[in-house]
Amino acid sequence: MNAGMTLIVKTTARLVLTFIMVFAAALALYGHVTPGGGFAGGAVAACGLILMLLAFGRLETAKVVGKQGASTWECVGALGFLVIALVGYTAGMFFTNVLPEGETFRLLSAGTVLWSNVAIFVKITAGLFAVYAVLAAFRMAEEPTQEERP
Amino acid sequence: MIYYLLAAGLLAVGMYAVLVKRNLIKIVMGMLIIEYAVNLMLILVAYRTGGQAPIVTEQMRVSPGPFVDPLPQALILTSIVIGLALVALMVTLCLRLYQRYGTLDTSHIRRLKG
Amino acid sequence: MDLTLAQLLPLFVAVPLLAAFLIPLVRRVHEQAAEGLSLVAGVALLVLCVQVWGRPAGTCHMGGWQPPFGINLILDGLSKLMVILIAVVSACVIVYALTYMKRYTARGPFYSLLMLMIAGMNGVVLSGDLFNLYVFLEIAAISSYALVAFGTQEEELEAAFKYLVLGGVASSLILFGIALLYSLTGTLNLAHMARILAGGEPNRLVFFVAALFLGGFGLKAALVPFHAWLPDAHPSAPAPISAMLSGLLIKALGVYALVRLFYNVLPLEGASTALIALGILSMVIGVFLAVGQWDFKRLLAYHSISQMGYVLLGIGLGTPLGLAGGLFHLVNHGVFKSLLFLCSGSVERSTGTRNLKELGGLWKPMPVTSATCSVASLSISGVPPFNGFWSKLIIIIATAQAATQLGPVAYVLAAVTVLVSFMTLVSFVKVQKYALFGALPERLARVREASTAMCLSLVLLAVLCIGLGVGSFWALPKLVHPARDAARDRVGYMERVLPAPEIERMVLAGGPADE
Repeated sequence: MNAGMTLIVKTTARLVLTFIMVFAAALALYGHVTPGGGFAGGAVAACGLILMLLAFGRLETAKVVGKQGASTWECVGALGFLVIALVGYTAGMFFTNVLPEGETFRLLSAGTVLWSNVAIFVKITAGLFAVYAVLAAFRMAEEPTQEERP
Repeated sequence: MIYYLLAAGLLAVGMYAVLVKRNLIKIVMGMLIIEYAVNLMLILVAYRTGGQAPIVTEQMRVSPGPFVDPLPQALILTSIVIGLALVALMVTLCLRLYQRYGTLDTSHIRRLKG
Repeated sequence: MDLTLAQLLPLFVAVPLLAAFLIPLVRRVHEQAAEGLSLVAGVALLVLCVQVWGRPAGTCHMGGWQPPFGINLILDGLSKLMVILIAVVSACVIVYALTYMKRYTARGPFYSLLMLMIAGMNGVVLSGDLFNLYVFLEIAAISSYALVAFGTQEEELEAAFKYLVLGGVASSLILFGIALLYSLTGTLNLAHMARILAGGEPNRLVFFVAALFLGGFGLKAALVPFHAWLPDAHPSAPAPISAMLSGLLIKALGVYALVRLFYNVLPLEGASTALIALGILSMVIGVFLAVGQWDFKRLLAYHSISQMGYVLLGIGLGTPLGLAGGLFHLVNHGVFKSLLFLCSGSVERSTGTRNLKELGGLWKPMPVTSATCSVASLSISGVPPFNGFWSKLIIIIATAQAATQLGPVAYVLAAVTVLVSFMTLVSFVKVQKYALFGALPERLARVREASTAMCLSLVLLAVLCIGLGVGSFWALPKLVHPARDAARDRVGYMERVLPAPEIERMVLAGGPADE
């Protein structure tokens, strides 16, 4: 887990990672037009980050995003979603759409749905990656001592 | 109707795994199977005969016929996320339990019998 | 600020959620920020309750979408009762946890999870939509699974795993029931569903769904035979979490959902016998298992099962008096059981043990804890003039009065209830004798009283016990009767959310598609 995998895997991962991230961003941003949305995009982006963790090892990935950073970004995403919901108050009710609804099938349409998708994308990416990073970093301590074994 | 019964059968398989099996990981898998069965049930509820995927594209100007019900699909997404959180928690607990006891067999871990 | 009711309602959920997600961020800035932020959130919830107190019932259509297309939050008498209970008990628990949690290392996640749990519970009691109820139920339940495992000792891990598996199975059963109900009615909005179900004749599928919900929510409410997780989970959790679990979670998630579904949505007739039977079973088995316990918190956990049986008996009876008694006992149990768990936590904190045989004579070194523990013990045993007496009395009278519908077995049930009450008294006299009075053992000679914050919350809850008891003639009409009327008023619930002319308009316009 520390050193990552062979050179072939690292090179391929470097190439593929860009596509994965772009695909994830497209899923999330066009969530109000095509199937997908924040959660699906976030899951794919988290898979990309997990690929980075697997291919490059824990230490290299920690330079890009570590456990602490993942936790922070998760909170930022969730707070972004809440802020969007609370902004609806200015239009009178929780969660209303305050931004103008453009023409259908365009990117900048459907008001706050787009920004909610972005917030959820950030949160899910960070969240899923945090789960994996914590589990991967879980150090199986020394074998349980003789007294603990039944 | 047969599909509903099959989904219920999957639920029963999952229940069997949770109740009878003694390995912690098998209990976790049983939970996963139960969750899949319930999600499957939700999808089956959504189906309409001859329906299409509920996506409206720019090329459609005339209503093309019945759509499959899109609401349960949203419910399933939410349910999958909930199941994910549950499984992450379960696996963490299994890891911790293995760290303490050195075994995943519930008959050795004191309080988990029954 | 002058906000309408509809604007206030989402704040009950949004404020704890905000706190939950801000806590990890601000913790990096300042160590104590987590405690301060959760205290602010607790106080904010209390302020919201005060704002909501006098208002008539109403709904909030989130996002401006009209029902049944949108999700709506509903505040009627029943929700108001639960929201106030949740806010008061969580505020006391937060104050208690300020000093209690100083011994644990991961305090930031603790407060975050606690806030998430509170947000989930508020969402459950306010929700007017079945799936929304399920989602908030899961938020609260998953936070509680994580909180039970908080100390990561063996006992806690095992208890958390058992709780997790059983709770997960229950949630799956509930979701299965929701899927079946959706296929039957074509809607998820509770009021619309009530309207559709009230119109048709009873359906075998509805009975199956009712059985699934009884099983699922019954497990969350720790009814016998689904109680197996509670005696392990409640003692192993840290004391403030035990108080939250026993005092709020099994009520908000389990009993409230049962009341809301069986009174307002599903037909009650077949279920009432089942509820009464489960209630009696829980009462009797809970108290018999509790009498032999020597572990303080495990004894309290078994008594939780027993007292939930009381509440279910009152609810299952279906008569106005029974329902009022059940709901009043719900509130009272929330108050005195959380007080008991907090007392046991402070005893454990100071003496380092939960075993009653090792305790004794704590009256002298810990006067505040002992006094409040005595108050709570007398309340749960049903001694006048504390609050437990009044609610148990109402339930017993309602059971005896139900002879018209149940036959002479109602007198037997009432006698059983009195017997269980007597055994509860015996059990708590044992607790008092061994823990509070008697001689102080050598080992505990240098025990000191709990810290100020802990004592403050103990005293607050004790004052509430006494207040609800002595002032029950004030509390009943103001708190419990509106809840009872809201629960029994099936038509009113439907009317408030979906007035009939809207249904006509929707049907004419080709409303939501059915099967």
